[in-house]
Amino acid sequence: MALNIKHGSSSHSAYDLRDPNGEIIESHTLAIMVDNESGVLARVIGLFAGRGYNIESLTVAEVDHAGHRSRITIVTTGTARVIEQIKAQLGRLVPVHEVRDLTIEGPSVQRELALFKVAGKGDARIEALRLAEIFRANVVDSTLESFVFEMTGTAEKIDAFADLMRPLGLAEIARTGVAGLARGA
Amino acid sequence: MTQMTGANMVVQALKDQGVEVVFGYPGGSVLPIYDALFQQNDIKHVLVRHEQGAVHMAEGYARSTGKPGVVLVTSGPGATNAVTGMTDALLDSIPLVVLSGQVPTFLIGTDGFQEADTVGITRPCTKHNWLVKETSRLSATIHEAFHVATSGRPGPVLIDIPKDVQFAEADYIPREKIKVPHYQPRTQPDPQAIEQLVEWIETAERPVFYTGGGIVNSGPEASRLLRELADATGIHVTSTLMGLGSYPASGKLWLGMLGMHGLYEANMAMHGCDLMVCLGARFDDRITGRVADFSPNSTKVHADIDPSSINKIVRVDLGIVGDMTATLQATLDLWNERGRKLNHEAIARWTDQINEWRAVRCLRYAPSTTTIKPQYALERLEALTKDRDRYITTEVGQHQMWAAQYLGFEAPNRWMTSGGLGTMGYGLPASIGVQVAHPDALVINVAGEASWLMNMQEMGTAMQFRAPVKQFIMNNERLGMVRQWQELLHGERYSHSWSESLPDFVKLAEAFGCKGIRCSDPAELDDAIMEMLDYDGPVIFDCRVEKHENCFPMIPSGKPHNEMMMGEADVQGAIGEKGGALV
Repeated sequence: MALNIKHGSSSHSAYDLRDPNGEIIESHTLAIMVDNESGVLARVIGLFAGRGYNIESLTVAEVDHAGHRSRITIVTTGTARVIEQIKAQLGRLVPVHEVRDLTIEGPSVQRELALFKVAGKGDARIEALRLAEIFRANVVDSTLESFVFEMTGTAEKIDAFADLMRPLGLAEIARTGVAGLARGA
Repeated sequence: MTQMTGANMVVQALKDQGVEVVFGYPGGSVLPIYDALFQQNDIKHVLVRHEQGAVHMAEGYARSTGKPGVVLVTSGPGATNAVTGMTDALLDSIPLVVLSGQVPTFLIGTDGFQEADTVGITRPCTKHNWLVKETSRLSATIHEAFHVATSGRPGPVLIDIPKDVQFAEADYIPREKIKVPHYQPRTQPDPQAIEQLVEWIETAERPVFYTGGGIVNSGPEASRLLRELADATGIHVTSTLMGLGSYPASGKLWLGMLGMHGLYEANMAMHGCDLMVCLGARFDDRITGRVADFSPNSTKVHADIDPSSINKIVRVDLGIVGDMTATLQATLDLWNERGRKLNHEAIARWTDQINEWRAVRCLRYAPSTTTIKPQYALERLEALTKDRDRYITTEVGQHQMWAAQYLGFEAPNRWMTSGGLGTMGYGLPASIGVQVAHPDALVINVAGEASWLMNMQEMGTAMQFRAPVKQFIMNNERLGMVRQWQELLHGERYSHSWSESLPDFVKLAEAFGCKGIRCSDPAELDDAIMEMLDYDGPVIFDCRVEKHENCFPMIPSGKPHNEMMMGEADVQGAIGEKGGALV
């Protein structure tokens, strides 16, 4: 029997064999305020893994030491319905205080920090440095045969810079994942 | 503030929470708590034979009383044995507080004896869990745990307590002194949403109430309000497996259970309605059949205390987040206030249509004078017990569906079954939990022989604690539902679905010290059931039933509500290739 059940249909009823690609996949940035307690990140990640949701990037750190609050920023993808379900599922976790969808709740700023190690000599090295200036990347480490650039920007900007560095000797990238805030007061 | 050990704190906190009984099993890392239990008389402890049994007993206790069930287990295997029960309670929204011992804090992470990552293992099968590393936080955590287990959509919670935390002393914080937990789910429905619902009720031509376990969980008042609203509007009521009893089976508007093995009239009403009001149910795949064809022409309203249930599977036209008592009260009040308007003429026509569907009499079956048909066994059980103070539990499989079809429930909290997880082995321990809560009631576990064997060790518990539970085992020497599916979609290849080497259940009863009854003749069945009911103690009833009976009606996998199989004649080629992939 060739059944060909599409990957991802698990978030629907077992009887729902619709093509999940029949709907547009959206990317959303969610900001989640949580109690900074043991296991809270495992709860959030476990929810995504257990229910078959995607995580494109994840950032977490304590933001209010006195109030024991951490902020988790997750970039996730799914149909509009799946995104709504993700938010509802997050909202019912006991240590979650607030779930904000930065993608649809008005304008927001979203930034990511990345470090790039580029190894090379001669023209390639000079070209890498020139492009780094254009992208406003900082040199944070240098040897005669390598640079480490530091750059902050949108995920797209970091992708673009990585594409340019690749033929110039890109050896390693470290990215923090997206942090975001709603614009305005 | 009173200084006390962590172990005494546990007992004190349970007393503060009004706990009367704990189901548990001792072991190395809960010995201090057991020592504290030994030195008091307010809380009763029921010693089980396996921790899974403890959790199901607590579920039976909780479901039949509306109070949270409490479980006490040791670390490692004690906690892992409790996992199935907690998952069961999570899927059926049963409030439980599970206390587990843990190796001392200084041994955590060292693979100590009977160490398991209990909070890690139980994170996805609890509503929330805690590892308490300081005795000073223990009492507040227990009080918060009861709050979380019982607020909003109820569910199981677990508190993992290392042994050194049980020995150490700290200040006890009483229930009323703890910080108000931030977890406060919304219970009051949005008035605008209620107004929209009432407008739709006023004009609906073919309305139906689709009710679920949320009505039972909300308390008896929700059931009373449902009856009042249904009876005042003349809107018919169907229910999921979990909601049976919310509307009385004898009520004139009762359609019976809906879904895969639901009644013809219930499923046809769901398919043909123009207004579906879902109250505390969750559009489970056993209910909807093929989602794309689910109730295609209706306006759908979904009221639920859990926002994540709304629009999860079926897109609805109106979502109402709220507790069922509050939602029903608000709906009834507004409908009354606006003059109790209805589209009487259309509803009368709809009622005629429903009565036509009822006339199909979908629960008919071919009777027999030589073998006991399982349907007949349940009809007789119903006739001989319905006027008693009766509670029913079940195992999982064909017998469970037949029990839901052929037994009538007049009140909520009288029907305990594993709906979401479908846990074979649930019914026997659950029946003991119910009996502990209601010592003078008649408690019957309607079972299949295969399910029943999964936790049969708990007969020892029933004997020890004088719980006169009646184990009504419909023995077909088959895993009946598995066999039915193999017949329907696996070419009648009955792979490992028969019960070989069964024990002699009458001798087994004697071995446990209780009463055993065997019956295989339909003419003797009534007398045998009366013998079971008259016996003052636990009974194992081996009811030998027809071996190859299938459970109907049945919506085959991948089919919509209006394509039901009503009997053996409909079976050929019923399940297509796509349906075969579904469970």
